[in-house]
Amino acid sequence: MSKLNLDLEKVTRARQAAAHVAASLQEFIAGHTTVAVERTVARLFGIDGVDSEGVPLPNLVVEDLVRGGGMGKGAAFYIANACVALNATPMEVATELALGRLTLTKVQPAPSGVKEAISDLAHQALQKIASGRRERERLLAEVGEGRQPYLYVIVATGNIYEDVAQAKAAVRAGADIVAVIRTTGQSLLDYVPYGATTEGFGGTYATQENFRIMRQALDEAGQEAGRYIRLVNYASGLCMPEIAAMGALERLDVMLNDALYGILFRDINMQRTLVDQHFSRIINGYAGIIINTGEDNYLTTADAIESAHTVLASQFINEQLAHLASIPDEQLGLGHAFEIDPALEDGMLLEIAQAQMARQIFPRAPLKYMPPTKHMTGDIFKGQAMNAMFNLTSILTQQGIHLLGMMTEAIHTPFLQDRYLALENARYVMNTARSLGDEIQFVAGGKIERRANEVLDKALALLLQVEKNGLMESIEAGVFADVKRGRFGGKGLEGVVRKAPDYVNPFPELMQSRTLLGGR
Amino acid sequence: MLEIRPYGDTENDGAIQLSFTLPVAKSEEAKEAAKQLVLRMGLQSVSVVHMADAGENFTFFVVYAKTDVAVDFAAISVPKVDALHLSYYQVNDYIRREIGRKVVVVGACTGTDAHTVGLDAIMNMKGYAGEYGLERYPELVAVNLGSQVPNETLISRAIELQADAILVSQVVTQKDVHIPNLTELVELLEAEKLRDRLVLVCGGPRISHELAIELGFDAGFGGGTLPPHVASFIVQEMVRRGIK
Repeated sequence: MSKLNLDLEKVTRARQAAAHVAASLQEFIAGHTTVAVERTVARLFGIDGVDSEGVPLPNLVVEDLVRGGGMGKGAAFYIANACVALNATPMEVATELALGRLTLTKVQPAPSGVKEAISDLAHQALQKIASGRRERERLLAEVGEGRQPYLYVIVATGNIYEDVAQAKAAVRAGADIVAVIRTTGQSLLDYVPYGATTEGFGGTYATQENFRIMRQALDEAGQEAGRYIRLVNYASGLCMPEIAAMGALERLDVMLNDALYGILFRDINMQRTLVDQHFSRIINGYAGIIINTGEDNYLTTADAIESAHTVLASQFINEQLAHLASIPDEQLGLGHAFEIDPALEDGMLLEIAQAQMARQIFPRAPLKYMPPTKHMTGDIFKGQAMNAMFNLTSILTQQGIHLLGMMTEAIHTPFLQDRYLALENARYVMNTARSLGDEIQFVAGGKIERRANEVLDKALALLLQVEKNGLMESIEAGVFADVKRGRFGGKGLEGVVRKAPDYVNPFPELMQSRTLLGGR
Repeated sequence: MLEIRPYGDTENDGAIQLSFTLPVAKSEEAKEAAKQLVLRMGLQSVSVVHMADAGENFTFFVVYAKTDVAVDFAAISVPKVDALHLSYYQVNDYIRREIGRKVVVVGACTGTDAHTVGLDAIMNMKGYAGEYGLERYPELVAVNLGSQVPNETLISRAIELQADAILVSQVVTQKDVHIPNLTELVELLEAEKLRDRLVLVCGGPRISHELAIELGFDAGFGGGTLPPHVASFIVQEMVRRGIK
């Protein structure tokens, strides 16, 4: 279904440049670990819960390693060593540590069996994640799923139980995907809160228990509705890989996963979050979770017409970084958005150009298409019309994951009826125009085709520049979203550690070779 | 006296459209409940024109009704931002002529608010709806601190930058958290004895000038505000108060 005549040589060249950018970044990533990566290993080894002060045990374990100088060697070795030496489980080791009765780096190295223990513990974690993945496949086969574009809605009450009620209502009204927006500021917490939560601002804490509660509710609602409902959360911020691991263990289906978003919009240190991102993507990839990237956000601060090529360039880079984490194209929800000023004549043509171009350049990726937000004014009636145009563009260009626009955007967190009206709108437009994309050809050399090639040209030029200068340097220069961030600035740099020569983390290799999943 | 009512298709018909959701399953009883609810609001000639199942035990209604109350338009008085509206060029000229140095403006989305659309529309170089943002003004030093900035941080950055004006944007707020948040900023500035040395402005879709004044700000800007509106006020307020 190649309809816009794009210059395929330029596409190939852009992909090569992005691959070089990703590869040179990978050298840095491979040499480092972070406190979040090591906490993730602790979690995957079964360490969970909080101490009497409410501090998560994975944090206590990693703080102990930091104090004892054990970070360079990694949590896997020290936890497994303590398990062997004390004949205990990781949870028992962590509990002893929390009571102040044990220091991981002071446990005598066990004469033998540590390597085997690391492997056993890792395999136990993989077993759980792989069985969740098989369960998803079973449910998809048994109850079926909605057609793409999947209709994606957000709940954000702060109270997981109220989220459940709203999510179920949305499923009844036609939603295929439900995201539980996180409470404001969670991305800046250097720990993951614990247990079911009922208070949050503009969203609900991402906790493993909250994941479990919503998973169960959506499975029930999906059975009733006759289609599998996908659950989304955010592997972003200072705990990217930990949240990815929690999502893998609780069978989430989609996770926001984009270090660039954290760098640009949350001022998270780039070294920290790029290392975190890599491990979190390996976990997401292994768990069969679709990642969503955040390029759409660039257009909320930069101009949607002038900066359209930065979206495409970033999609190319995200594609390559995801491939390095063994994420297949089918799990690559690259982001983009419908944010052009509605007052502009022929603005929709430019939107179609961008969306169709992305569709053709990333043919197998379930592209994540974001609705208008920047030009929503409080005129809910016009907003509903803009959302209808967005819905039409999405079905015409066959996007994968379709975030529903809310006519009350910029007014309040969505009312139940806002979500219902948005679903009604999308279902109407996508039904009435379902096959329009199959029937349409674009005028050769016309406005849409010219625009797509112009964006491609500019994206290629930008990628060549980033290839030359490096990604971190380009971020420092403010190439994306008009935001500049320094390599040593932002939050979380102190949590980045150079790996020692004897560093061990069993998961990347096991996950990337699809252990326990069967052959590729 | 100038009594006015909503105008549907006839003068003084008082026509109003409403939409809302009731937490019950769709049924004739639900429809009657919607009608009675609107009657109890004091509206008349209630007509429930649309009822739909909005999901598990929720029903969405569209209702038309009429009101017989009216307001005296002649007696309405709304406090407005008191400043001449200057253009981009006029603001810069005004600063050169009346102030004679660059004016420093610090902006932030404070508290828990992560939505920078409003602040960016006013501050970003590119601006909004054809008007340049404050960063583009040669006579302004505009510093955008971004989102989720604690009030304390905003104040310490304002001191550091020797700010003349602070802009606070509050877009999406939950359970009216913007009110205590804005109030806290004023209290902190007063405690630091900085309030008089600064022009303090807030903006957002739920902010009115009246609310802003009530909370102790110098001005409030609602939806549809453009960068030169804000710039005009800041520079004229500085001159009026003798901030130089």
